[in-house]
Amino acid sequence: MTRPRIFVPWDAGALALGASAVERALIAEERKRGVAIEIIRTGSRGLLWLEPMIEVETAAGRIAYGPVHGEDIAGLFEPLLEGGRHPLRLGRPEDLAFLRRQTRFTFARCGVIDRQSLADYRRHGGLKGLERALSLGPPAIIEEVTRSGLRGRGGAGFPTGIKWKSTADARAAQKYVVCNADEGDSGTYADRMLMEGDPFCLIEGIVIAGIAVGATKGFIYIRSEYPHAIWTMTRAIETARTEGLLGERVAGSAHVFDLEIRVGAGAYVCGEETSLLDSLEGKRGQVRAKPPLPVHKGAFGQPTVVNNVISLASVPAILAEGAEVYRDLGHGRSRGTIPIQLAGNVKYRGLFEAAFGLSLGEIVDDIGGGTASGRPVRAVQVGGPLGAYFPRALFDTAFDYEAFAARNGLIGHGGVVVFDDTVDMAKQARFAMEFCAIESCGKCTPCRIGSTRGVEVVDRIIRGERRAENLTLLQDLCETMRFGSLCALGGFVPFPVISALTYFPEDFGCAPLGAAAE
Amino acid sequence: MPTGSPWSVERGEEIICTHKHLAGAALPILHALQREFGFIHREAIPLVARALNLSRAEVYGIVSFYHDFREIPPGRHVLRLCRAEACQSMGADALAERVRERLQVNWHETSADGRVTLEPVFCLGLCACAPAAMLDGRVIGGLDQTRLLALLDEARR
Ligand SMILES: Cc1cc2nc3c(=O)[nH]c(=O)nc-3n(C[C@H](O)[C@H](O)[C@H](O)COP(=O)(O)O)c2cc1C
Ligand code: SF4
Ligand code: FES
Repeated sequence: MTRPRIFVPWDAGALALGASAVERALIAEERKRGVAIEIIRTGSRGLLWLEPMIEVETAAGRIAYGPVHGEDIAGLFEPLLEGGRHPLRLGRPEDLAFLRRQTRFTFARCGVIDRQSLADYRRHGGLKGLERALSLGPPAIIEEVTRSGLRGRGGAGFPTGIKWKSTADARAAQKYVVCNADEGDSGTYADRMLMEGDPFCLIEGIVIAGIAVGATKGFIYIRSEYPHAIWTMTRAIETARTEGLLGERVAGSAHVFDLEIRVGAGAYVCGEETSLLDSLEGKRGQVRAKPPLPVHKGAFGQPTVVNNVISLASVPAILAEGAEVYRDLGHGRSRGTIPIQLAGNVKYRGLFEAAFGLSLGEIVDDIGGGTASGRPVRAVQVGGPLGAYFPRALFDTAFDYEAFAARNGLIGHGGVVVFDDTVDMAKQARFAMEFCAIESCGKCTPCRIGSTRGVEVVDRIIRGERRAENLTLLQDLCETMRFGSLCALGGFVPFPVISALTYFPEDFGCAPLGAAAE
Repeated sequence: MPTGSPWSVERGEEIICTHKHLAGAALPILHALQREFGFIHREAIPLVARALNLSRAEVYGIVSFYHDFREIPPGRHVLRLCRAEACQSMGADALAERVRERLQVNWHETSADGRVTLEPVFCLGLCACAPAAMLDGRVIGGLDQTRLLALLDEARR
């Protein structure tokens, strides 16, 4: 008889909620009962409020249980083996509304496959994109990526195909692909989940990028806060080398490509591509003035493609399924899907991959189910620490690059952080400035000095000192930072500050919106 | 990890030697040194400088630029509490207050008994299980006061 196959997530989120205790309890129970089981470590399906969520393979497909804790296993073990009844039984994961409503394109395998097995990756459609890429050749790969409409998921939304074309056109003996896995934006974890749950997908995407632009070497720059992702990617790269996916003859072709990991050291600004490149070269991570662009003069002075994890990990499926499938999804000029990351005080917390175009209200109220605390939603910060705070009045905003920009916001890397009515928006504005002061690379004065001044000014406003004067000062300061900063750290930090002030004036001691002026 | 072995020039040189062939070796070397010794010892700076053909000032500039690198030894355990927005929305600020009270420390400081160093971190990618923390290498999500204080007691035992 084959052993029952039990799937346990080894995703940092699931581990933070007790997945390793579950695995230990499963092994103890197995010994105690003398029933052999097979434990397969997967990533997370992304339903974090149900983690640790474990699954068993049955004739009727996989059956999930969650949230499971170590102490549940004694009672759960027997029904689990058959997918039988238990209060924690969730049924087939694909039938859960949160998953059923998604378009899992980039995250199709995450939480499903054995993340360490290249064979399992292949069984679930992996390497089809690379096969097609090899048959197409570089110009046609770039053409396909361009036609898909894929835009960079790191935040700036720059068309990936165009970036690849510039690098392909640059002449140099050595070119590089650099994968930006710095994922510094608070409220985001899609890169982490993908690296921990489907590492070969990222490797495949990077290899395709290398072939397309003529690079033979790649780096993945992973933030140090992600030890599990670093571990999983390191093992996956070793496997890819032994199995011939990386090395002298990539997947049996004439292409050469190798990949190394570099670990960040706790600097938010190193997610900015030029700062990342300096850090990769072993320097302080200061932002470089552009031009030259990285596509012309990037890592070690050579032409370099810098792309976010999700941008690169979307490429294998785009090539496997065809550009049209991707391009036909989406909204306006934002094509394809985006992993929306519901975070903070929200009931159904997790990763929701969907075509662009859902409204913010649908995302927060409908998919997210409102707050975890059960209190009313008051503010939602979209796009990380440099993203604007949205009040309920703007919940009709469509999730796409242009729609958010039109409302002085950004979708960034797709993080959506929900706050209930206990939030103090003056404090949030102060934090935005404080964060900028802590993380500024120090190159330009408006950012370096302005952010520290910003904290002081907000403090004075909170204390009620010469409020009108200080409010004007804050506006001026934001204006200076907005237009006098070299990069988006200093340049965009006014978004959270000004949005907090505009939509939640009562928290700054001013008259509420809609009320008569003081 | 956090305690680290006592500083030794020979061991330091050895570590530098195993990593210096890497492209952009400074960060890999500094990470490896910190993994071994728990911090970047003052005496390591000229060694790194020599190996990478940099000035001491340049190496010091790198060490001081990155939040990860410590210039003084940490306590037996390092507690990194997330201070970023998703964790704030679930009460991280109040938790941090309690921890600082209990340990009688400020951010970046070590408790008087030398057991716990408290460090801020801006997002651990555990924003859907906020508030989140990392105790040494271990990730912890969905923290509340009771769990956090129990964790501290465990670390201080
Ligand atoms: C302060 C700052 C931080 C950034 N952090 C990240 C990050 O953590 N990850 C990322 O992919 N892009 C980040 N970016 C954007 C990158 O500079 C760059 O646009 C991106 O890596 C390009 O890849 P893409 O085109 O695939 O998005 C950041 C930008 C700024 C200004
Ligand atoms: S805006 Fe700030 S982080 Fe960006 S380059 Fe200027 S000083 Fe550095
Ligand atoms: S904001 Fe705390 S883990 Fe992301």
